[in-house]
Amino acid sequence: MAGARRATLRAQINDPGRPAVLLTIDSLTKTYPGAPHPVLDGIDLALDAGETLALTGESGSGKSTLLHLAGALDGFDGGEITIAGTRLSGLDDRGRAHLRRDVVALVFQQFNLMPALTVDQNLAFHARLAGRADPGWIGTIRARLGLDGLGGRHPEALSGGQQQRVAIGRALAMRPRLLLADEPTGNLDEDTGAQVLDLMLALVAETGAALFLVTHSDAIARRLDRRVHLRAGRLS
Amino acid sequence: MIRAIALALLSHWRRHPGQAVTLLAGLALATALWTAVQAINAEARASYAEANALLAPDRLATLTSPAGRFPRDRYVALRRAGWQVSAVLEGRLDTADRRVSLLGVDLLTYPALPATLEDAGPDMEAPPPDPAVVLLSPGRLFADADTAQALQDPDLPPVRVTDGLPPGVVLTDIGTAERLLHAPAALSRLVVLPDQPMGLPSLSDIAPDLVLSPADAAADTGGLTRSFHLNLTAFGLLSFAVGLFIVHGTIGLAFEQRRGIVRTLRALGVPSAGVAVAMLTELLLAGLIAGLLGVALGYVIATALLPGVAATLGGLYGAQVSGSLALRPAWIAAGLGMSVGGVLIAGAQMVWRTHAVPVLALAGSEAWRRSGARALAVQSLAGCALMLAGILALSLIGGLVGGFVLLGGLLLGAALLLAPLLSVLLSTGEKLAGQPVAEWVWADMRAQLPGLSMALMALLLALATNIGVGTMVSSFRLTFTDWLDHRLSADLYISTTGPAQSTALRDWLTPRADTVLPIRSAEVTLNGQPGRVYGIVDDALYRDTWPLIGTATDPWDQIAAGQGVLINEQLHYGAGLDPGDPLQLMPGWSLLVVGIYADYGNPAPQAIVALDALLARVPDLPDRQLAVRAPDPGALAAALRDAFDLPADAILPQREIKSASMQVFDRTFLVTGALNLLTLGVAGFAILTSLLTLWTMRLPQLAPAWALGLTRAHLARLDILRAVALAALTAVLAVPLGLVLAWVLLSVINVEAFGWRLPMYVFPLDWLRLFALALLAAALAALIPALRLRRLPPAELVKIFANVR
Repeated sequence: MAGARRATLRAQINDPGRPAVLLTIDSLTKTYPGAPHPVLDGIDLALDAGETLALTGESGSGKSTLLHLAGALDGFDGGEITIAGTRLSGLDDRGRAHLRRDVVALVFQQFNLMPALTVDQNLAFHARLAGRADPGWIGTIRARLGLDGLGGRHPEALSGGQQQRVAIGRALAMRPRLLLADEPTGNLDEDTGAQVLDLMLALVAETGAALFLVTHSDAIARRLDRRVHLRAGRLS
Repeated sequence: MIRAIALALLSHWRRHPGQAVTLLAGLALATALWTAVQAINAEARASYAEANALLAPDRLATLTSPAGRFPRDRYVALRRAGWQVSAVLEGRLDTADRRVSLLGVDLLTYPALPATLEDAGPDMEAPPPDPAVVLLSPGRLFADADTAQALQDPDLPPVRVTDGLPPGVVLTDIGTAERLLHAPAALSRLVVLPDQPMGLPSLSDIAPDLVLSPADAAADTGGLTRSFHLNLTAFGLLSFAVGLFIVHGTIGLAFEQRRGIVRTLRALGVPSAGVAVAMLTELLLAGLIAGLLGVALGYVIATALLPGVAATLGGLYGAQVSGSLALRPAWIAAGLGMSVGGVLIAGAQMVWRTHAVPVLALAGSEAWRRSGARALAVQSLAGCALMLAGILALSLIGGLVGGFVLLGGLLLGAALLLAPLLSVLLSTGEKLAGQPVAEWVWADMRAQLPGLSMALMALLLALATNIGVGTMVSSFRLTFTDWLDHRLSADLYISTTGPAQSTALRDWLTPRADTVLPIRSAEVTLNGQPGRVYGIVDDALYRDTWPLIGTATDPWDQIAAGQGVLINEQLHYGAGLDPGDPLQLMPGWSLLVVGIYADYGNPAPQAIVALDALLARVPDLPDRQLAVRAPDPGALAAALRDAFDLPADAILPQREIKSASMQVFDRTFLVTGALNLLTLGVAGFAILTSLLTLWTMRLPQLAPAWALGLTRAHLARLDILRAVALAALTAVLAVPLGLVLAWVLLSVINVEAFGWRLPMYVFPLDWLRLFALALLAAALAALIPALRLRRLPPAELVKIFANVR
């Protein structure tokens, strides 16, 4: 039974006639337990394949929460999120995990690499999980991100900028259809941040992935196709 | 300021109550096991002290006869010559349900008597005994309450209960003892009192047949059992060390997690010494609280184990130890001291590091968790050095101390080598892994090693000890069973009332049985210790079955000719005697050693000669036991009982003696089994506490894998698998260590402690059982964190990425 469901999900996800709209968010609401007001209150949003979107907002406005919900990391109270034709409300824990493994890739502000694995192992990990490891492509990414020569090191031996480049490389190595990035340059200095962003945008363009990026920075937001602003749980 | 520092530091424990519980529980458990062992030892020593006060007051010199008991005339002659000596007649007294030691003393001269009888115990209310009642028939018996229960027999004199006597010993007047032991006008020994008058005639003139044993040479119960208590103390120390591993790990993690607090405090101007003092005070308090808990728990454990230990000491040495435990200040203080000392040792390094490291260096992330190649190399070198030191200690110091130093070096060295060895194994596994998840699991196990290494060391020590001690006990059991088969080769063993009945029985049995052999022996002094020499007749029973472990040519022919002596293994090791060496059995009677036989369970030296040769020196050799071989022993025993109206216990079938011997053997090692299980339990607890303590640090490692598409259930299963795999690898490494441990116990410690060397057998099925137990312990320990992970709301994992933790 579960196997059949997984097969159906995989078929939907890998459908060659996939819809142009990759991510749809309808009337999404989310309230944290004990909080007096919803953190997200009736969010509507759509993101096409290949499109890049910046989400800005004040601290605590719910940007990261929205990104995490879009990444199938957490559950929501009302509304619907649809990724590549798959509605998240109908998925159990395993279905969400499959979606994260095969369709979505995430880049976090804190890098969140696998500390036990080397740079090369980190780069290939997600792609290998998804069954799409392409050594040639991974080699290209490593070279483009300036990580040649660092393949055998562990994350703790890298600088912040290097770690963030590994995190971006890991996300793009599996050729995701949707890349979610939460303040990817928030922990980097201005120059390093600019370099990392350039690389990420270039690689996203090459893979044709849709990019949903959370940022505080107007400068970064301006470089993306579209931007939306979140205030008090609502988009403007 | 002190209050502010204390509040800041203690806030950590409020936020992590599990860690506080782990610290206190680990320390309390370590203290409990140590205290339990100390309490048992103290109780046993108190029993020995009572026994020694009675049997050899103030360790006085004694006069004995190499032939065993001697006539009372010698005592009279010595007293008349002015020698201040006190007479003692001792022997075994069989009551309805147990055998006790009967000690008959001259109540007027015995030096320890006042202390013994004044401590009247439960009968304190009763008036002091009337000397006339005690001295005149039927006399009085004195015993502790437990032993007194066994003396409720109308044929025995009335019993007076006293607390001044050790269990299993009955004191009475020498006249009463003569009657009960059927030894009229005979004595076992004379205690030579201090302060002898000047100008006494020489002992050799008055009693040339008596031998003076100086006080130091007198064998006492404490000496015989010292090695056993050394073993027990070693077990206690091992358990304490295993417990300290838990404490060290917990303190390390707590200090690591408080680096931020310490950094802030120091940045705000708190001197590093102030922080260090606060932390030391905190450790001291933890040590005191856990110490009190541990002492209480240790009392409970000791109370549960003491009957087993009493059985062990009774089985191995015949030493009587009280089965109930008294609260003694010595072991309570020792328990508290160990707890406080242990926590300070475990935490000193952390406090020093916090004190010595510059403020900014404290900001480094989880430096303690990194176990780089250099650290592993240093650890490997230290491990090898410890092992080498142990080997050197054995060859340079030798003896029991050298053996235990070797054991300590091997165990600690192996514990230090564990992490480097596991690192190599896990690295190999990572290279061989084909799947990304498998590759990550191997790599993650390696990354977890520093955090889990203390618990894994504890597991290694517990498993190796189990294998080592288990192999020793099982090897001993197998050897003992085989030895019993050889040693007890007759079908029936018969006790008679004396020479007349022995002769009558022998005449009756001769036409009805295949073989009838006398069992006759005399007490002698061998290698300066009380021993026994047996006289045997030449028979195929001995030639075919006696368990010889080293012989000269034709030993039995030389024995039969009265030209040789067989000695037991204890005498062989104790006196350094080999076949071909001469052995003095009595003054003026020496024979060449022609063979050595195994004699397990007997701590005393023993020898075997031809019966005729022994009778020539000791004509009044007791003749009260017979060994019989017959085609139908059951029918013969029934016929014998009918013909002679013998009591039921006068005829013992071989089967019953073997069964009773095996029961004694198994009881003997009851406490070893219990301590083995406890140590393994502590190791399991160590894994659990380490995993629980690592839990908060584990989430940032697991969350990325979850975000990349592994479910929480999958991650939980992998976490159990990791713990089980690490336990399995540790268990595999514990096997060779356990076997080396077994070899040291069998070939070094046993020889030094007991005087016998045992062959080593291996028991792979026992290893498998232990292996399964270790995996089960690890799986159970990993279950709680895994279930917690399985049920963790996604929102908690998401917090890792939102950087709000």
